[in-house]
Amino acid sequence: MFDAILYLKVFLVGGFVCMLGQVLIITTKMTSARILVTFLTLGVILEIFNVFEPIKEFCASGITVPIIGFGYSLARGAIQGYETFGALGIFTGGLQAVAAGIAAAVVSAFIVSLIFKSKTKR
Amino acid sequence: MMLDTERNKHYNEYLQNKIPKTKPWPTLFHAFWVGGTICLLGEIIKDLLMFWFNDMTVDEAGVWELVILIVLASLLTGIGVYDKLGAYAGAGSIVPITGFSNSITSPALEFRREGIIFGLCAKMFVISGPVIVLGIVASIIAGIIHIII
Repeated sequence: MFDAILYLKVFLVGGFVCMLGQVLIITTKMTSARILVTFLTLGVILEIFNVFEPIKEFCASGITVPIIGFGYSLARGAIQGYETFGALGIFTGGLQAVAAGIAAAVVSAFIVSLIFKSKTKR
Repeated sequence: MMLDTERNKHYNEYLQNKIPKTKPWPTLFHAFWVGGTICLLGEIIKDLLMFWFNDMTVDEAGVWELVILIVLASLLTGIGVYDKLGAYAGAGSIVPITGFSNSITSPALEFRREGIIFGLCAKMFVISGPVIVLGIVASIIAGIIHIII
């Protein structure tokens, strides 16, 4: 289960994806929101062309932890929603697939902001 | 009109001097190893979950992995560590799902002083809003393309 070669692949691919993001920052001076959106769209496109699954099989978290995986989940959710529930599934499937992530982010952001004070600006 | 372009030129020159000059190669390396480490951490969390809970499927563990990473990043943002990491790693801290979590927690923390309803809750999605909006739009487009093909 604990596979050292897989870990190496995860590290290398995940690092490479983040490095691509850094190249975008250096060459175009993109803000973080644009980087997130660019990679998210890339994930959706990869899923539309059925390229994401083979990459995921190769390096698991190396591609699902970057925001590309978020886009993939959304697109796959919509496609699978259509397969199981028909046309309505296109609307429900995408958000359902990422609901856990969004809910976790919102709830933890809410609780953390109530507990901690902002440190970045004084 | 002429005055505007002249002023823009001066402003751009001023901006060029003000932007902190960083050498591109070290930041590429920083982004690479920090981003890779976050992904590796996720994979290890997934393996540990599947090791501890025998009846957990790979898909379930994958979702739990993301939830744990998101909560961790949110806590690290709260104690001010994630912003320091961001200054060091650049895209290495933005591109992983932890960056998405940071982009929600960070404005929530920042606007907490403007009140809970109109500060914290209203401004929470000020950075990550586009991600969710475009994500939903793109997913529906993906579904429609799937029907056509």
